[in-house]
Amino acid sequence: MTRTIQKVLVANRGEIARRIMRTCRKMGIATVAVYSEADEGMPFVEEADEAFLLGPAPSSESYLRIDKILDAAKRSRADAIHPGYGFLSENAEFADACAEAGVIFIGPTADAIRAMGSKKEAKALVGDAGVPVIPGYNGADQDPKVLAEKAIEVGFPVLLKASAGGGGKGMKLVREESGLSDAIASAAREGQSSFGDGTLLVEKYIDNPRHVEIQILGDGHGNLIHLNERECSIQRRHQKIIEETPSPALDPELRSRMGEAAVLCGQAIGYQNAGTVEFILAPDRSFYFLEVNTRLQVEHPITECVTGLDLVEEQILVAQGEPLRLTQDEVPFRGAAVEVRLYAEDPAGGFLPQSGPVVDWHLPPAEGLRVDSGVEAGCEVSIYYDPMLAKIITSADNRPVAIQRMRAALRSLSAQGVVTNREFLLQVLDHPEFIAGNFDTHFIDQHMQEALAQGPHEDAERQAAFLATFARQQQRDAARSILPSVPSGWRNNFHTPQWDAFDIDDRAYRVEYRHQGDGVFEATSGEITVQVRVVSWDAPTLTVEVDGHRVRARVTGNESEIYVHNADLDVALKPTDRFPDKSLTVPEGGCIAPMPGKIIELRVAEGDTVEAGQVLLIMEAMKMEHSVTAPQDGTVEQVSVAAGDQVDADALLVVVAE
Amino acid sequence: MLQEQRYPVLRSKVDPTSETFQANREGNLALWAEVEAAQAKANLGGGEKYNARHESRGRILPRKRIEMMLDRDSFFLEIAPLAGHGMKGEVSGTSVVGGIGLVSGVECCLVASEATVKGGAITPTSMLRSGRLAEVCEQNRLVGLSLIESAGADLPNQDKIFVHGGEGFRHLTRRSEHKIPTICLVFGSSTAGGAYLPGMSDYVVMVKEQAQVYLAGPPLVKMATGEETEHEELGGAEMHSTLSGVSDYLAEDELDAIRLGREIVSHLEWKKGATPKPRLVEPPLYDAEELLGIASADVRVPFDQREVITRIVDGSRFSEFKPAYGKTMLCGWAHIHGFPVGILANNGTIFSESANKGAQFIQLCNASNVPLVFLQNTTGFMVGKKYEQEGIIKNGAKLINAVSNSTVPAITIMTGSSYGAGNYGMSGRAYKPRFLFTWPNHKIAVMGGKQLAGVLDIIQRQAAAKKGVEVDEKMLSVAKMMTEKQIDDQSTALYATARVWDDGIIDPRQTRNVLAICLSAAYNAPFEGTTSWGVFRH
Repeated sequence: MTRTIQKVLVANRGEIARRIMRTCRKMGIATVAVYSEADEGMPFVEEADEAFLLGPAPSSESYLRIDKILDAAKRSRADAIHPGYGFLSENAEFADACAEAGVIFIGPTADAIRAMGSKKEAKALVGDAGVPVIPGYNGADQDPKVLAEKAIEVGFPVLLKASAGGGGKGMKLVREESGLSDAIASAAREGQSSFGDGTLLVEKYIDNPRHVEIQILGDGHGNLIHLNERECSIQRRHQKIIEETPSPALDPELRSRMGEAAVLCGQAIGYQNAGTVEFILAPDRSFYFLEVNTRLQVEHPITECVTGLDLVEEQILVAQGEPLRLTQDEVPFRGAAVEVRLYAEDPAGGFLPQSGPVVDWHLPPAEGLRVDSGVEAGCEVSIYYDPMLAKIITSADNRPVAIQRMRAALRSLSAQGVVTNREFLLQVLDHPEFIAGNFDTHFIDQHMQEALAQGPHEDAERQAAFLATFARQQQRDAARSILPSVPSGWRNNFHTPQWDAFDIDDRAYRVEYRHQGDGVFEATSGEITVQVRVVSWDAPTLTVEVDGHRVRARVTGNESEIYVHNADLDVALKPTDRFPDKSLTVPEGGCIAPMPGKIIELRVAEGDTVEAGQVLLIMEAMKMEHSVTAPQDGTVEQVSVAAGDQVDADALLVVVAE
Repeated sequence: MLQEQRYPVLRSKVDPTSETFQANREGNLALWAEVEAAQAKANLGGGEKYNARHESRGRILPRKRIEMMLDRDSFFLEIAPLAGHGMKGEVSGTSVVGGIGLVSGVECCLVASEATVKGGAITPTSMLRSGRLAEVCEQNRLVGLSLIESAGADLPNQDKIFVHGGEGFRHLTRRSEHKIPTICLVFGSSTAGGAYLPGMSDYVVMVKEQAQVYLAGPPLVKMATGEETEHEELGGAEMHSTLSGVSDYLAEDELDAIRLGREIVSHLEWKKGATPKPRLVEPPLYDAEELLGIASADVRVPFDQREVITRIVDGSRFSEFKPAYGKTMLCGWAHIHGFPVGILANNGTIFSESANKGAQFIQLCNASNVPLVFLQNTTGFMVGKKYEQEGIIKNGAKLINAVSNSTVPAITIMTGSSYGAGNYGMSGRAYKPRFLFTWPNHKIAVMGGKQLAGVLDIIQRQAAAKKGVEVDEKMLSVAKMMTEKQIDDQSTALYATARVWDDGIIDPRQTRNVLAICLSAAYNAPFEGTTSWGVFRH
């Protein structure tokens, strides 16, 4: 029996909430957003027909509160809930609670979620169904001799893991038999000391693995199909950042074998709705089951591009009880698509997540471009959630064009206010091995270290300083109320040029300029003197001719930070204050907060003697700990914070006097 | 949109390829180059050595203080930049620098001590220049900003300064009474009489460890009372900010003082006294560059002021008054950067009809509250039996009467010659136009050198004849030549500007912008055209 869904509550935030609501609107379904205090004013809340505040920013008090979400569903009379990805999307209890409340959970059954929730059980279940799983031993008999025998049986290289473990502790990679017994002993020892349990499991280690996943779609009528693969090997810190389909590593034969394996997995658990079967693909074309993601994946749009399907629409139809609309043979697979995940993070700083306001967000539409963005200009990237700003998806008839379109899209993207991985993504797209399709999950560690270590581009920075100078000059000019038609900076007796100055990190750029009439300026910075003709200033777009070369740039920001962007430039500059406020300068020996966060441990008190480099306090920010150390030997003269304080970026924490 | 009838376009008839045009252009460019070179030199103040010394003490050069004080990209119209040029005992530009620019969005009159010239000590011409700047503040109701670092009076010249110099302090407090505030930033010493500069200002900012303000310094105190004192306790910025109250704000350093000064201007909540009807500003149809080919480099050659007007007014549009009458006095209405103006321009010698027409036009502009722009190029009133009998004196007197009693702002541009009473009738310096600027080709005197020498020659011959003595032809010829040269030397634009007979020599191509800045400044003071005049003799 089918039941037409009237109103969907989206139990998620950001881009995925917007993306789900987009399909709902298309289908004539009303939408309900739920949000935390930190997300008030985010586009997904604005765009929903109705919205409910769940609670404070931490997920545990908002997006993970099943009771509050169901209460919102009840009050809004939503008849279905879409969980998106993350948060409660793979929470069987939530699926159960929905069922109990009489609300359709748009996703698989609670049983399927449960079955796939435990990796060990999932592996056993699909292994039994004939899907290849990574060979290994996970038995009770922990006799080192038995473990060694099993390791030899699995074949080198093997990985020894503490079964209670995680985070790499108690994990040993063994490439040949000679080191095996020592490795077993040491892994067991580490397991014991770290987790109080020395139980080990043995697993085949795959060198140069790719991460390839298959999208599956099942209905409540026993139909299950796959929608081919997504190549997800480009990862940093075990998180995908670039996905594409088709995978450069698959041919039709391998594709159909993996597809069939994925369907087998789905059938083994009676899977309904959209799901993803993840595989490890070895260079010898052998592949092994990794896990099933019982939800919509972040990277689902690339599958939509090559199949022409709307996966959220398919999810809703299945949830309504309808049968799949196409059979395996009817699944289209046309062209190529790439997705990049644009993160607020600092690639050069270990991909450290960033937070702060999005001052500018601009990506003009283009052929074959799809943008699933969670933010708009003016949004705040909060420290509480995943810092992904948007997914950018390009598609074309073939991979090279899809990639080229992605380069163009990333170049044209002005995302300002927070540091992003935009430039880094472009560097990956330009890497010959990526272009050749030769990569595995170690790609970034192996190939991108040089790019990450690149210093500043001073020429680009200077060019940006010129452009920022004239955008600011034009902005002031446009705001002039007294004598607006008298030429800017007019003098009857010229003495000193006008100037503007900017800092980029510790590099200072000063631009001096003199109006020569008719919007033509002579401008000098460093050793460079150019003739600049301002063609137009249509805020925020500045068009100038620099020595006859017409250049256009988007110049955004405010008095404290200016962003200059075009296809060749993406530079953030801090305008220097003509009259610096002396009360704001950091005193000699002062330590400031590197980012907003919480003081979790204060290790010094006023009067303490400290050495340069000694940890003064520990801050927690963006779920990571940061030590603030003494800049010099000396005495702690001032402590401005206490443990537990929440501090802003650049707040003065401690002063160490020599 | 206003359905007003737009003025007709004044078509140009100039041929830029003509020999006259090219010769004028070359001549005027050379004259302007001379002015620019003189200004570049004046901009160095006391010279590179003293500039370097000033900066080595961590101080900002006075002109840079002004630049920092100004809003970014603001205009700045310097007043009398070549005061003292070529004068004995004076440095070109003098020890005072000043002009009009925007500070915190407000038109202000900024005056800075040029501390690299005689330590900023006031010379006779510095006094003229600062007096003129004070007058600009007063007449136009402009907020005054004094950036002081001055050694006081130039003592060897005290006899030329002391008595009249006192007027400056009186003016400060008179302006204060008229709610025209003066903000005084003290960067260095401001002692003895100079102490009354901050003393009489509405707001005072002193720079820490730099400002020194006292009636008498430690040596004089010791001489007078025997007391042993030090500069800081006697007149330092901290003392004045914490004890005496002579200073209202203590600045950490020079930039901080400038910031404070800008902040003070912000809180004045300044409003202009008058505003013109807003209108679209059209640029002139003809290139201002051509003014160099139009203005006669040799002022004995006449030129048509219509060609000047069409290059300085909005859209080259000009509504001419009485076009068929008194043609040597061109009168009419136009707009300059949106400001309505009534223009009076000399197109030749002033005849009776011209004078009458001018007087009537001034009355009309007063009646409709429109500011006046005078474009002077005159050899004066017509002389001769016919003209005397027509009453050129009484008619000229009407013009001078009108100019003298007019109450709308007037701005005079010297575009060529200014001889005789024509200077008065066309709002010369003595008639207190709000501003008066000069083109480089300008000549000014009671009459031309040749005429004056010729007149003296005739008089001497008459005197000799009366006495019945023989004239020494050789001596007379030498005297005539010397007189002619002396008058010619004293008639140049540079000679005039050095003596502050004008507010500066300008590049003719910039006339339109200069007029706009002057008009806008003038609008800070409310004005009402008069209907009462002196007795006109008909």
